[in-house]
Amino acid sequence: MKIKWWKILGILLVLYSIIAGLLMPVPKLNILNETIRNLYFHVTMWFSMIFLMLMSLIQSIRYLSSFDKLRDLKAETLASTGIFIATLGLTTGMIWAQFTWGTFWVNDPKLNGAAVTMLIYLAYFILRNSIENEDSRARVSAIYNILAFVMMIVFIGILPRMTDSLHPGNGGNPGFGNYDLDSNMRMVFYPAVIGWILIGSWIAQLSYRIKVLEINKENK
Amino acid sequence: MKLLITLLFSLFCSTLTMAQNEEMADVMRSNGKIYVVVAVIATIFVGLMIFLIRMDKKVQKLEE
Repeated sequence: MKIKWWKILGILLVLYSIIAGLLMPVPKLNILNETIRNLYFHVTMWFSMIFLMLMSLIQSIRYLSSFDKLRDLKAETLASTGIFIATLGLTTGMIWAQFTWGTFWVNDPKLNGAAVTMLIYLAYFILRNSIENEDSRARVSAIYNILAFVMMIVFIGILPRMTDSLHPGNGGNPGFGNYDLDSNMRMVFYPAVIGWILIGSWIAQLSYRIKVLEINKENK
Repeated sequence: MKLLITLLFSLFCSTLTMAQNEEMADVMRSNGKIYVVVAVIATIFVGLMIFLIRMDKKVQKLEE
């Protein structure tokens, strides 16, 4: 009955980011003011989501090379945890946008890209549930998952960078790297990213293990 | 801890000559009330994590 070290590390890193993220000095910027601290909480959700989707993609590819049903289950669980975290990212982003850009939703390429990404992954779950045969379900959804990941990279990683965006680092806007020359923010942001990636993986792992328990119970 | 953060903060303020004069929650932090908020959020987070740890242990038990 031991909790793995990386789970404890995840807790400690996020706890550190909560304490240091609210107390450490940040650059004093117009409009953003103290909301710049949302970087430690809102942006980390998306990093965690992208990591989980990458793990899901890897499991799908490994399913296609081994046809091991557990790999398909892993891919599905990782994707659904990723969507859960993306929902948190979208909601926190909307709150942030309301108080800095003046409205919950702007026609920003990054926002629309994130919304399209979530629809693409929701389509993945609909596709899964619409195929009765277990083997073809696993195969078709594994192939779709590869497409979904590529589309996600296009919609949140490439397209926003090609036009003007309100998000930093895209279009004509400078990235956050330009603001935190004192590197104070980096010292909180990077540990926070790692922490949320670990906690996201933990939640995905737990729900996968529960699903395996359910399957074992049914087979008894 | 409080002293250290105040020290860090004043150090930061003194080196911050090029920054614009934007209104921040500096006064609130120097008064110390921000620690209450940090404590509340940290407590909620720790509580959720304890829940997650206990769930992990329950699943471990079921797996045996």
